[in-house]
Amino acid sequence: MSEALLRVENLSIGYDAGIGQIQALRAANLEAHGGEVIGIVGESGCGKSTLAAALINLLAPNAHVNSGAIYYKGADILTMDKESQRHLRGPEIAMVFQDPMTTFNPVITMGDQLVDFQHHIEGVSNTEKRRRAGELLARVGIPDPELCLRRYPHELSGGMRQRASIAAALLMTPNVLVADEPTTALDVTMEAQIIHLLRELRTDYQGAIIVVTHHLGVVAELCDRVYVMYAGQVVEQGLVDDIYHAPKHPYTRALIACDPAHFEEHTPILPTITGRVPSLLHPPVGCSFADRCDLAISRCREMAPPWVRISETQFALCHEARP
Amino acid sequence: MLNYAIKRILLAVLILFVVMLAMYAMVFLVPGDPATVALGPRATPELKRQLIERMGLDQPILQQIYNFFRNAVTGDLGYDVWSKRPVLEVILEVLPNTLLLGVVALAWALILGVALGCAAVVYRGTTMDRILGILSVSMISVPSFVVAIYALLIFAVWLQWLPAIGAGQAGDFWNQFRAVLMPAFAVGISWVGYLARMVRASMLEVMGANHIRTARAFGLPERRVVFKYALRIAIIPTISIIAVGLGSILSSAVFVESVFTRPGIGTLITAAVQKRNYPVVMGTVLVMTAFYLMVVTMADLLIARLDPRVRDVLKG
Repeated sequence: MSEALLRVENLSIGYDAGIGQIQALRAANLEAHGGEVIGIVGESGCGKSTLAAALINLLAPNAHVNSGAIYYKGADILTMDKESQRHLRGPEIAMVFQDPMTTFNPVITMGDQLVDFQHHIEGVSNTEKRRRAGELLARVGIPDPELCLRRYPHELSGGMRQRASIAAALLMTPNVLVADEPTTALDVTMEAQIIHLLRELRTDYQGAIIVVTHHLGVVAELCDRVYVMYAGQVVEQGLVDDIYHAPKHPYTRALIACDPAHFEEHTPILPTITGRVPSLLHPPVGCSFADRCDLAISRCREMAPPWVRISETQFALCHEARP
Repeated sequence: MLNYAIKRILLAVLILFVVMLAMYAMVFLVPGDPATVALGPRATPELKRQLIERMGLDQPILQQIYNFFRNAVTGDLGYDVWSKRPVLEVILEVLPNTLLLGVVALAWALILGVALGCAAVVYRGTTMDRILGILSVSMISVPSFVVAIYALLIFAVWLQWLPAIGAGQAGDFWNQFRAVLMPAFAVGISWVGYLARMVRASMLEVMGANHIRTARAFGLPERRVVFKYALRIAIIPTISIIAVGLGSILSSAVFVESVFTRPGIGTLITAAVQKRNYPVVMGTVLVMTAFYLMVVTMADLLIARLDPRVRDVLKG
């Protein structure tokens, strides 16, 4: 495979919490190439949003990068000076946020904000920037872009705002588009529309799209490859088809088994994964999933699991995984 | 927006009316009649009766209230029997002194308060932030007249830098400026602390909002994020607090003007209440209430101007 556009290497991030450091991300690795759509999937608190925030260099003030690097076009974006980081945000790496209700500034019109976001582009008049913004709004399926530009965010519906926020990200023609839970705050109809929109965009977009979600359906609909995260670690990675049809990590298997979309029969009780996520203040020495895993043997609790190569594209972090 | 403005102004007029009715009720509950206070205990009943007639106090209460409002609409607030001048003239003579005091107090409180609040945001979580916090709360806690008395003691009595009493020579800017310094300091100091806390809290809240993260995610320069995207929202609660605060600034002016024997609305109303000089009391309250309502109404309109969400709620 060609050189990756974005490569996360051995990234560990903790949050200072007074009583110690919460290990939100532990030795995560990830690669994204131009033209592919990556999914990062996992439950709440698994570190996927921390990873997304790190990709765009907007970690919370109490976050601390303990080790690792994020290479964008070969340069580590974590060690750059603030000003260079700022210039990457937008034109190189752009983000679509989770909650469309609060993504935009409530006291500035959509048009003014979308023009402001294009501040990187030099030698172009504001009228021209406004025209471009209108064009993109039309492209993401907003019926009357001119009207939308004159509106304040609260005057638009949730779906409209999420479309506008995708348009905003695309305005910069970024090489990497990070979508952090792009459909979580929307109802199912809107969700379907936004997924449809993102699929359409794929066809003529050259950059990499990284979709962060807890929704397996979204991953199946959109992505080429998927990274499954659990308790701050990437526990399995592979092509979407492989992960869905031949998951190797017990957590991935359990996650897929719990997806309600799989049940054809009506069930009164949905299956769940028993037990709890380990404390990330003091992550276990062995496998993080050992306490909830049916296959766990004593080795699982005592030794950190190896990164087992299943195939050219599939890997799993498990003692018991076999190709 | 226009509808809203009209509604707010009508509401202000209604409030003014209710306040004046309440004032009338209170004035008649206060024991002692003005004639006895003015003429002394040895005045003849005949003299008292004449004075009461001149002040219009012999008429039925409803008639008095009606007269008051009818005259007030035409700008006539009645006649002050003590100074033998129209009440409006008496008020307008001292009003500039109080306004100057209020404006200077509010201005320095605003500048220092916003600056300290922003500083606390920049240094949030550090020792500096905690020191500013303690300082602000101390400033809020000390009553203005206590500050006034100590300022008087230190700057006027010991150091003799500033005049102890009066409002300075009319027309002499420098003289008036020196005279307003201490009273304005005393009136404004608690507002410095208050505004500092206020600005800090609303700035921190706004800076943590998702839309600020969006602005940063598009690589906007931090300066534009703070001044265009954050301050426009953070300033809104501060505006309404300042408007409401003007009321409390005017009431602390009553104390502070007494301490500095500074001619103003405060000294005027204190003296008028002591003398049971009802026309002056009523006139002063009317003017101050009107002024206060005007400021609050203007602040509401300004907020509606700044925040489109408020504007829409108002449209209904």
